[in-house]
Amino acid sequence: MASLKSVTPKGALKDQWTNHKNDINLVNPANKRLIDVIVIGTGLAGSSAAASLAEMGYNVKAFCFQDSPRRAHSIAAQGGINAAKNYQNDGDSTFRLFYDTIKGGDYRSRESNTYRLAEVSANIIDQCVAQGVPFARDYGGLLDNRSFGGVLVSRTFYAKGQTGQQLLLGAYSALSRQIAKGKVTMYNRHEMMDVVTVEGKARGIIARNLITGKLERHGAHAVVLCSGGYGNVFFLSTNAMGSNVSAAWKAHRRGAYFANPCYTQIHPTCIPVSGEHQSKLTLMSESLRNDGRIWVPKKKEDCQAIINKTKKAEDISEEDRDYYLERRYPSFGNLVPRDVASRAAKERCDAGFGVNSTGNAVFLDFASAIERYGNLEANVKNIKNPSPQQIKDMGREVVKSKYGNLFDMYKQITDDDPYFTAMKIYPAVHYTMGGLWVDYNLMTNVEGLYACGEANFSDHGANRLGASALMQGLADGYFVLPYTIGDYLSKDIRTGAIDTTSEAFSQAEQSVKERIEKLINNNGTKSVDHFHKRLGKVMWDKVGMARNEKGLKEAIAEITEIREDFWANVKVPGEVNGFNPELDKAGRVADFLELGELFAKDALDRKESCGGHFREEYQTKEGEALRDDKNYAYVAAWQYNEVPSKAKLHKEELTFKEVELKTRSYK
Amino acid sequence: MKLTLKIWRQKGPEDKGAIQTYPVDGIDGDMSFLEMMDVLNEQLIEKGEEPVAFDHDCREGICGMCSMYINGRAHGPKRGVTTCQLHMRSFKDGDTIYIEPWRSTAFPVIKDLVVDRSAFDRIIQSGGFVSVNTSGNTIDANATPIEKENADKAFDAATCIGCGACVASCKNASAMLFVSAKVSQLALLPQGDPERKSRALNMVNQMDEEGFGNCTNTGACAVECPKEISLENIARMNREFLKASISKES
Ligand SMILES: Cc1cc2nc3c(=O)[nH]c(=O)nc-3n(C[C@H](O)[C@H](O)[C@H](O)COP(=O)(O)OP(=O)(O)OC[C@H]3O[C@@H](n4cnc5c(N)ncnc54)[C@H](O)[C@@H]3O)c2cc1C
Ligand code: SF4
Ligand code: FES
Repeated sequence: MASLKSVTPKGALKDQWTNHKNDINLVNPANKRLIDVIVIGTGLAGSSAAASLAEMGYNVKAFCFQDSPRRAHSIAAQGGINAAKNYQNDGDSTFRLFYDTIKGGDYRSRESNTYRLAEVSANIIDQCVAQGVPFARDYGGLLDNRSFGGVLVSRTFYAKGQTGQQLLLGAYSALSRQIAKGKVTMYNRHEMMDVVTVEGKARGIIARNLITGKLERHGAHAVVLCSGGYGNVFFLSTNAMGSNVSAAWKAHRRGAYFANPCYTQIHPTCIPVSGEHQSKLTLMSESLRNDGRIWVPKKKEDCQAIINKTKKAEDISEEDRDYYLERRYPSFGNLVPRDVASRAAKERCDAGFGVNSTGNAVFLDFASAIERYGNLEANVKNIKNPSPQQIKDMGREVVKSKYGNLFDMYKQITDDDPYFTAMKIYPAVHYTMGGLWVDYNLMTNVEGLYACGEANFSDHGANRLGASALMQGLADGYFVLPYTIGDYLSKDIRTGAIDTTSEAFSQAEQSVKERIEKLINNNGTKSVDHFHKRLGKVMWDKVGMARNEKGLKEAIAEITEIREDFWANVKVPGEVNGFNPELDKAGRVADFLELGELFAKDALDRKESCGGHFREEYQTKEGEALRDDKNYAYVAAWQYNEVPSKAKLHKEELTFKEVELKTRSYK
Repeated sequence: MKLTLKIWRQKGPEDKGAIQTYPVDGIDGDMSFLEMMDVLNEQLIEKGEEPVAFDHDCREGICGMCSMYINGRAHGPKRGVTTCQLHMRSFKDGDTIYIEPWRSTAFPVIKDLVVDRSAFDRIIQSGGFVSVNTSGNTIDANATPIEKENADKAFDAATCIGCGACVASCKNASAMLFVSAKVSQLALLPQGDPERKSRALNMVNQMDEEGFGNCTNTGACAVECPKEISLENIARMNREFLKASISKES
């Protein structure tokens, strides 16, 4: 197996991407017609990659498990997408976006990739507008921006609280255009079950038609995984129900290294768990922290009164409130990065200041924003001496125009109206920074196997800044992969169509078949969800927001036990040949049960705290994360082992030329 | 609460299908409708029966995957809400709830409550896009200011989630609301202008080919649309289509 070569181009950071593009081997248009590429996933990364590759002339086959490419999980992204446009003239630049991303990631990402991301960001916005993406605009007709956490500029483009939807529909329309032209063949309701490698190169996949249950062989000269993140290993997360690690995990089993699995983002503002029946958690976008203030009561008796419903948030006077983020981090206040905000919420709730019956909730309050906007509107509309009621009404209208759909969603779920009372929120699993290891060209260590979007590990280090996942997905798919893949494919112009009758394909298909049969014939007694919930609980309790050596070791043992129990006692109803969502779910949970163990192992191994990875043993006196740059400034890339906690570690040392490693401070 | 569920069960496209009755117990008002279905399915699995197949993914009202016809209404009794965002507090103890799939010839049933909506994808493929390649050389995003009012209207139209509730609730099974939302979005933006005629003609043509019915302006679609897509879009599309047809003939 190849060693970890990041293949970062030579030269100054700012010239690397331009130079690299000039040096890349191109495939001439006539030859592109002879080359097939498989793209797994149609989220932002997959749709944009498939559309762009098809525009360039390659033959593309794209796969998604939903009934339409438009329904990929990216559709749910709310708050916005970053780009270094500096439209607000607040001093933004490619370098600043790059620097914020490196710092936000707690100095655990590769400089070259992150710089390139910042560099192509501006182009993304141009491209999306050209496609007809209806971003929010101001009265002058120009694009509006908002701020996100961890930065001091306003560089986030948005479409109300539905930015992901609008961007994905843009990419989906580009993809649809290529499907109509016959350049992309779309396989909806298909799941990738395995990657097929021939002589060490990725040459195709085994897919399962989720309607008929039939296994299919698909050959290609390269396979691009855009299959999203693995947050659902926690059972409860903000991810869509079907989001899974399986495609990435199958690649891992075929030799691709899995990098930094323990870097997971716990998002501070989600609707708290309400009961046992809960199937998923709902995000309240970070954009709300532009205007909402986070607090808990200063007195425990007030917390109790709120829990007993004898008091409401609005009954607590100003001096009895603890705006703990503003108190602890005066310069960034409510807009500290996510990992910092989440830990601070946990700290207050653990200390007994939670505001709901589980003790796990804090307030996100819009009262002062409503007041402020109301006053501004009165000025704009020239209303003299407005009544307090008028001010509030006008303020609520402004808040509605910014976050209307989020407020509606909150009301729908909790039956509380956030226009009139503070929201209750708590951190929840949201995003995974870790993923398949890739080089500068986004190729994994398996030749011809690429990974884009949330499925890869690149760019965000140990913590992702808000509004940067959409940016990365589209950067990878529109502007990076379509170029870098040419370098590899240029060697394949004489290969001819891939033969799917070969031994490698037969073997892969056979092993997929056996595994499916094993699941369906198991005849156990417990449902798939039963195991998934148990895994989720171990992950949240011991591998969640705060981790320690003892807990992690226990987690590894417990996950092993659950996995064994799963294979002995799982019950999967229905048939192999037919539409069977329980069977689909069983395969995914089986993979989560392996990933979970590797995840805990990675967390155990990293004896430092950085970004979303917080080890209780390694913290400052004030409870901030304590990094160890001397020993841990590396990417942990794991080589597959049947016993995941025995996986072999490969290190990619991170070197920083442009930024100086500092203790992250948002004080 | 205790409920009686009357659910459409159909093994596959060829099967005739029928309503079957299932009691469920221990349902909490804070549960979403789909979480209530999870409870039922868990019970069925334990009893060794096949769980009810239904489509869902985001459970946040945005992916457009969930699609249940509840007590005779697409996405159930509440306005502006998808099935996944409907909560059990909208029902009371002892209720009987009828749950069926979308019904339309253009949306054949795959299994139980799951239907095939790929006709919608083909309509978009027929013209629901701006023909621009990814080059990295497109003009600066702020080079063409767009009047806020039009930008906002385009956005409202663009919030359609492609769920198909409009089709399911129309007595003619027309897809006008869905098609008009996309035609409107792009007609309201300068980027969509060059292709506006061919787009309107091609998308309407594809809609007819897929077997969706004609629009007779009953407005049922807009009432049931979970994203409250406005009937104005249908009016706009009719104008677009007319203009395009005239200029095609002349
Ligand atoms: C609620 C929410 C809000 C968010 N808001 C923001 C935001 O405001 N800004 C921001 O920057 N980021 C946001 N994020 C993060 C961001 O949305 C995701 O990181 C990003 O959309 C991931 O895109 P992707 O293309 O990598 O994968 P996804 O969109 O997850 O797509 C995965 C695709 O892979 C397919 N797939 C998966 N496995 C298989 C398989 N085995 N076989 C076949 N197909 C498969 C799926 O069908 C799907 O098409 C948010 C995330 C959540 C959960
Ligand atoms: S118009 Fe409304 S009902 Fe019809 S598909 Fe779109 S969102 Fe669904
Ligand atoms: S499950 Fe996504 S809209 Fe209902």
